[in-house]
Amino acid sequence: MTRYDTAQPEGQSAYAEAAELELRHVSKLYPGQREPAIADLSLTVGAGEVCVLVGPSGSGKTTAMRLINRMVPLSGGEILLGGRSVLDREPRELRREIGYVIQQIGLFPHQTVTENVATVPRLLGWPKERTRARVRELLTLTGLDADEMGPRYPAQLSGGQRQRVGVARALAADPPLMLMDEPFGAIDPINRANLQDEFLALQAKVRKTVVFVTHDIDEAIKMGDRIAILREGGVLAQYATPKEILARPADEFVAQFVGADRGIKRLSLTTLGELELLAPDGRAVDGARRLSERASVKDALSVLLTAHGEPLAVVDAEGSVTGLLTLSHLERLITEEADGAAGEEPAASASALAATGESGP
Amino acid sequence: MSEFGEAFEFILRDGEVPGYPGLPSLVHLALETLKVGAIGVAISIVLALPLGVWLGHIHRGSFFTINIGNIGRALPSIAVLAIGDAFFGLGLGVVELALVVLAFAPIVTNAYLGVVEVDPELVDAARGMGMSEWEVLRRVELPLAVPLIFAGIRTAALFVISTATIASLAGFSGTLGDVIANETSYHFSGVLGAAICVAALALTVEGALALLQRALTPRGVKLENRSRGALADTFAVST
Amino acid sequence: MIGRLAAAGGPVIPNFSQHSSSCAVHNRLFCLDWVKANWSPVLWPALRQHVVLTMIAVAIGFVIALSLALLAHHHRWAERPTLIVTTFLYTIPSLALFELLVAPVGENIYAAEIALVSYTLLILFRNTLTGLRSVPAEVLEAAEGMGMSRRQALLQVELPLALPSIVAGLRIAVVTIIALATIVYTIYNRGLGVPIHDALGEGPFKTELIAAGGMAILLALLADGLLVAMQRALTPWSRIRERTRP
Repeated sequence: MTRYDTAQPEGQSAYAEAAELELRHVSKLYPGQREPAIADLSLTVGAGEVCVLVGPSGSGKTTAMRLINRMVPLSGGEILLGGRSVLDREPRELRREIGYVIQQIGLFPHQTVTENVATVPRLLGWPKERTRARVRELLTLTGLDADEMGPRYPAQLSGGQRQRVGVARALAADPPLMLMDEPFGAIDPINRANLQDEFLALQAKVRKTVVFVTHDIDEAIKMGDRIAILREGGVLAQYATPKEILARPADEFVAQFVGADRGIKRLSLTTLGELELLAPDGRAVDGARRLSERASVKDALSVLLTAHGEPLAVVDAEGSVTGLLTLSHLERLITEEADGAAGEEPAASASALAATGESGP
Repeated sequence: MSEFGEAFEFILRDGEVPGYPGLPSLVHLALETLKVGAIGVAISIVLALPLGVWLGHIHRGSFFTINIGNIGRALPSIAVLAIGDAFFGLGLGVVELALVVLAFAPIVTNAYLGVVEVDPELVDAARGMGMSEWEVLRRVELPLAVPLIFAGIRTAALFVISTATIASLAGFSGTLGDVIANETSYHFSGVLGAAICVAALALTVEGALALLQRALTPRGVKLENRSRGALADTFAVST
Repeated sequence: MIGRLAAAGGPVIPNFSQHSSSCAVHNRLFCLDWVKANWSPVLWPALRQHVVLTMIAVAIGFVIALSLALLAHHHRWAERPTLIVTTFLYTIPSLALFELLVAPVGENIYAAEIALVSYTLLILFRNTLTGLRSVPAEVLEAAEGMGMSRRQALLQVELPLALPSIVAGLRIAVVTIIALATIVYTIYNRGLGVPIHDALGEGPFKTELIAAGGMAILLALLADGLLVAMQRALTPWSRIRERTRP
């Protein structure tokens, strides 16, 4: 099997293994500045995990991300990708193995979509046929019609399409790591939600290690397997799953950053299917409002608040009712979970697992 | 290189050539060149500037101005002068006509561009404040267009000085070009001396216009251009 | 020439009797037969020489200007001195610059080309630098982030995107030099200026004047058109921007 210039063993045409990313006591001090942009940051992102760096401006989140692919030189500490220091090789070799998506995307205006996506494979010297096949594959994967979109120029694309091409381009050489800096920031809110969903679906298939930077805590909660909340100076305030952060914020800063409505935010993380529902009572079911078991508890609460005391019927994919939910039952469930002191409740831990998607190697 | 020494001696002698009394002095020729040039530029400005500014204001005529800029550049001065000579004989009037023909293009093109490229939002705001069309032009568009307008005038001035000297090749007398065209009488040292004078004259005129431009550029525009770097500062884009 | 200068008032009656066609003898506006007769000996060589003079000047000028622009692109301090020097060169009137160069270099092609090259530098430098600077920052950021070396980014991203501005500069330079090259004959006996000078000496001889002068103008317009076509061919994306709306 011919070996191309990549750091990782070649998988099938699909997706090579994701790598673990470790930051050890990373620091960054810009010359002429008194305070470091990042003082001492350590965290580990497991292979195939999405780690969201979130924090207010000045928290060094973008700087931290750009230290990884050496767009910003490291002042101190180490960064290990797949166990290998990023300083080990030439920056440009390193970067060809890291997918890089920025907010304004930066598609090359003078090249077609196909040529844009093919950039890194071309830099790596892939044979033309393989590159062509790969570009088709990726365009389809990101929801674009390869035949229609391939020959187009970026100026002919909508914002959402451009963003998709940007993601496809970053994935082209099948990198073990993806860095994304507010990738959906320039998109309008409606399309942003769609793109986020699509990316999550993509990630479920592709399983890359992703470092995702955002200032939007809601996006962080939605996208992240684990969230790193950074304070000014790159100080790590908390690094945990979304549920953990919402349920037990580490300190006042995190609590404030997450928002006073974190209780409600938490509800959006659990689906109805994960709850212990009331047994369906034929009579009550008939007139009841229905909601899919994949809907979130937050949506259910919303419906219940306008249901005038009527119960909600939860249905599965085929449409058959799996259980009932009332406002009072919901309240009971929530209190039970909150009272589940130190360790996590079985129901809660099952949900946590579902959220991170760790289903094994 | 001794030729430069001789050339400078020639200049210091004010163009006297031993054995040829009665030749016009360099100073005189230089002033004549300036005069001829100034008349040409002045007429061109009077004709081209209002046209370019007005077209820019109403956002019409881009095809015309861009192409006239092209054609103006493509006209070889000597050909224009020679044609003038062929049909009308080369008196001052014909030379001035040739100068105006050549100077017209850069002035009109740059005036047009200068006005047309003023931020439309500014113009809109001005109209919204109740300014008349004339006031919009006078208070908003023209001040902002000064760098480009002057770029056009400076280019035109260079064309004109250059052509005024070339006119001697076509048979017109009265400019420094006379010396350059007449190596037989003046010898190479004279020709070189005159060439140095012409160069100095052109640089002086350019420098004077640059200063004038700086004086006429509104302070806010100057500050903004400074942040854009040297290119936008005194060396405004001229087509 | 002295005679013409001395008698600035009275018209000199030229003698066209040496020509073979009656049209030329009477110095009519444009005698096709003269043009046909003199195409190979006079006009075509002059045109060829003119094209060669122009191409050499623009090619050398472009190489120099591109190098300076790349330098100024990376080192801001280089911009101002380069602008000052190139503007200085551009300001010196052509006739004067030619003569000034003859002193050290002699009456040959080198003097002619050095002068012509000098006139291309300002516009080519300015337009190339502007073009390089017009590349959006995020495009460069993406290029570097994907692992392109500086050289690859320059060749594959920056220069192609700077092309419209560069070609605009080339158009202006080419047209300017074609016009300027008509004066080259004063120090180096080549180019379309030669027949123009001959025509002036005789008279002025209208046909030759219009033929040579007209050819210079047509050459300039043709070159301009070719460069526009070349730019359209090389930058398909820039036209698309005009047609579609985001």
